[in-house]
Amino acid sequence: MKDIALHILDVANNSVSAKSLLTEITIDEQPDANTLTVTIKDNGRGMSEEIAKRIVDPFYTTRTTRKVGLGIPLFKQNAEKTGGYLTIESKEGVGTTVVAMFVYDNIDRPPVGDIAGVMTILITGNPEIDFIYTHVFKEKTITFDTREIKEALDGMPINNPQIVMYLREMFEENIQEIINNNSN
Amino acid sequence: MAKVKSLADLRKMKEDLQAKVHLREKGDNYESLVQVKVGMGTSGIASGAKETFNFFIEELEKRSIEAVVTQTGDMGYSFAEPTVEVTLPGKDPIVFGGVNTKKADQIIESYIKNGELVEGILPENYDTIDNK
Repeated sequence: MKDIALHILDVANNSVSAKSLLTEITIDEQPDANTLTVTIKDNGRGMSEEIAKRIVDPFYTTRTTRKVGLGIPLFKQNAEKTGGYLTIESKEGVGTTVVAMFVYDNIDRPPVGDIAGVMTILITGNPEIDFIYTHVFKEKTITFDTREIKEALDGMPINNPQIVMYLREMFEENIQEIINNNSN
Repeated sequence: MAKVKSLADLRKMKEDLQAKVHLREKGDNYESLVQVKVGMGTSGIASGAKETFNFFIEELEKRSIEAVVTQTGDMGYSFAEPTVEVTLPGKDPIVFGGVNTKKADQIIESYIKNGELVEGILPENYDTIDNK
């Protein structure tokens, strides 16, 4: 994976398959504390402690079509390369939370990448599921909640191509703004 | 600085769109549309499925083809990522492998527009007209 956004796309897809109805994704950038923390929290079916432990093993997967599952192990490897960590907390019937901490200024930390594009894919690719995306940069926070977006659309399909493109620009501009405002 | 897009603008845009676009009933005539599913498992994403997905969304809209583009899980063809399944109305789904933006362009121009098959169909033993 070239950047953090692609990891998010990958891991959030696990939440989709776990029948999560509300998935909360947060990127918290704190250059002063030298951390970048990604949190993906879902209310899907969760898993037992035993499985949660094994999930970081690349040769463990719940799927039957092949024998490797690389999504989480790759994410963990990238976080650990920077001196960070990845944790998974899960409870059957409640949901799963994945937290990955990256050391901000480490040379191995991947760039955040096209998070606006990734969120657009998740949202429009799964119109029946709700997502909350929060981006924190230092003191500033911006949140997008698909329940609000759907309300604004008032029955208009969220995966209409023109709306998809609009949403991507909306995410991009708003995220860029909190980052620019802070660095000025 | 230009004004940042907001939900309020989205509401306005929705009203404009509603006037222009004839609204499809929910899932009502899915079958009469071109359906494009981009495989987005770990291997797909790592191979650039995101660019392929965005390409289909933007280009189908630009070329005025009514289509539904969605993402799906891994199709099991990790050697040929990114994989894309295309279903033309009334036809069986066909899976294409190695779909970068160039290939995606070919798929739109040849298969989606004219129904002509392009190379890269999976599985490789797929029956084409030639070997029937």
